[in-house]
Amino acid sequence: MTQPVPVLDAKKVNMQFGGLRALADFDLTLLPGELVGMIGPNGAGKTTAFNAITGVYPPSSGDVMLCGERVNGQRPHQICMKGIARTFQNIRLFKQLSAIDNVRVACHHGHKAGFAASFLRTAAFLSDEERITKRAQEFLEVMGLSHRRDSLARNLPYGEQRRLEIARALATGPKLLCLDEPAAGMNASEKVALLELIRKIRDLFSLAILVIEHDMRVVMGVSERLIVLDHGVTISRGTPEQVRKDPKVIEAYLGDSYLEEKHIQVPVGGA
Amino acid sequence: MRALLLFAQSIFPFLVGVIVLWLVSNGLSGTWAIILMVAGIDVILAVSLNVVNGFTGQFSIGHAGFMAVGAYTATKITMALRDVQIAGLPVGVSDQVIFFFALVAGMIAAAIAGLLVGIPSLRLRGDYLAIVTLGFNEIIRVIIENTRFLGQATGISGLPPLTNVTWVGMGVLATVVMAKRLVSSTHGRALLAIREDEVAAEAMGVDTTGYKVRAFVIASAFAGLGGGLLVHLLQLCTPKSFTFIKSFEVVVMVVLGGLGSITGSVIAALGLRIALEGLREFAEYRMVLYALLLIVLMLARPTGLFGTKEIWDLLPKFLRRRAEPAAGGTP
Repeated sequence: MTQPVPVLDAKKVNMQFGGLRALADFDLTLLPGELVGMIGPNGAGKTTAFNAITGVYPPSSGDVMLCGERVNGQRPHQICMKGIARTFQNIRLFKQLSAIDNVRVACHHGHKAGFAASFLRTAAFLSDEERITKRAQEFLEVMGLSHRRDSLARNLPYGEQRRLEIARALATGPKLLCLDEPAAGMNASEKVALLELIRKIRDLFSLAILVIEHDMRVVMGVSERLIVLDHGVTISRGTPEQVRKDPKVIEAYLGDSYLEEKHIQVPVGGA
Repeated sequence: MRALLLFAQSIFPFLVGVIVLWLVSNGLSGTWAIILMVAGIDVILAVSLNVVNGFTGQFSIGHAGFMAVGAYTATKITMALRDVQIAGLPVGVSDQVIFFFALVAGMIAAAIAGLLVGIPSLRLRGDYLAIVTLGFNEIIRVIIENTRFLGQATGISGLPPLTNVTWVGMGVLATVVMAKRLVSSTHGRALLAIREDEVAAEAMGVDTTGYKVRAFVIASAFAGLGGGLLVHLLQLCTPKSFTFIKSFEVVVMVVLGGLGSITGSVIAALGLRIALEGLREFAEYRMVLYALLLIVLMLARPTGLFGTKEIWDLLPKFLRRRAEPAAGGTP
């Protein structure tokens, strides 16, 4: 049996900001349909890893391969077209636009009619618009936002804004969806509902999903694999069970005094 | 059949426009016609600048520079072809045809200038565009003042009086229809997305640089149209018409009407022009008035008169013909 082509294959990705090494030799492989969680304390480099993958900051060195094609060095919109979509840690919706328009912006690719056609309102232009609107409506429906179609994004409640951001990311037609703390600021039951939804999306669109999440309980429940960062270094990876027991993870989260107290030995060497 | 219907819809505003303008121009004369034409040109300038400053959220303050490019291009053409008559056409019609092509050439020249200015400055985020356009405005003026071919500081006089109410009206109509159709198209939504959040727009696959440049080029082209119309109204093409003060005037109109509101720009341009006509004796204090207006506006209503809304969004519900618009700025 041959190994399927990984959706994402990051190899030795480094991110250097002046003297600060925000991400060191970051390796990550995601197979189609995989749901991987990324955890780590504040400032561990999780969002930096996202930015490196999605092209917000081009990596200082290393390769980001999407379905076998090298994408690092490309502009974010090009990488998005290739199939990586993302959400943001602090929601970045188009606040003054309606929910449907937020999604329609993301459906914008594949639009054939040019500027001139939109001035002249040609048949090609109108059918394109119709197709975009229909597609956008489908995504709103999947995320349970149909009733908010015409509300301005900024007027939506917090949880719905998060969901709208996911709908918008999905509308770009990604192969890999990167969610940056999608459950931040939600209470426990909201988080569970959201993660259920994320799993549903994965099955529905057969995507690979990479989730950053702080809440260990939540992320353990939903992900098949975890990767743990601390100070830009990958300190642990594996199944949730393995990661939970890894002393290096416990140290990163709870400090070494906790380990001493519990008499846990930290092995020397890489993860 | 469907194609025919679409075509009819596409040009409908212009057909109605021609008839209305023909009626209006017959009933208008003297000072009022001139004031109306100047105000109409202001509408063209304000609405086109709003595509960049309002829809796309960039800040250009050199619109008069592009006006100048369009104006001088059109002037050179009409002056060169002043005594030429297109075979088989009466003199009047021939002049109008030449004028049309002169205006189009002016638009193209201004668009090219916009492209040259836009490409380097729009790749960057932030206020670079404001600085670059301001600089461009001054550079164009200085170049004109030092070029014999362009009449230096005295300018070119004796232009044929080709601008009339119909031309200005059609220009206004073209600009407004362009802006309206642009903003409710997928391209327009991409521009609005850039205004709202450039990082997110780019992450959603919008080629931000490409779209900013395109918006800027379109706005520059219509500024060129405004310039061409203005000089053939004044019958004088001089660099004094295209100073920074003119650019600032247009920015005030756009901000006053509301960044992102087409009707806001139209009303602000008409209102400001007519108010200035009424205050002719105080013309020296014009800049003071603009500055005061902006200060009061920023304190009392920072979004401008209409914000990103259109005038019909503000009407009471039962008066609205259309359904609830989908978004602020995109009815």
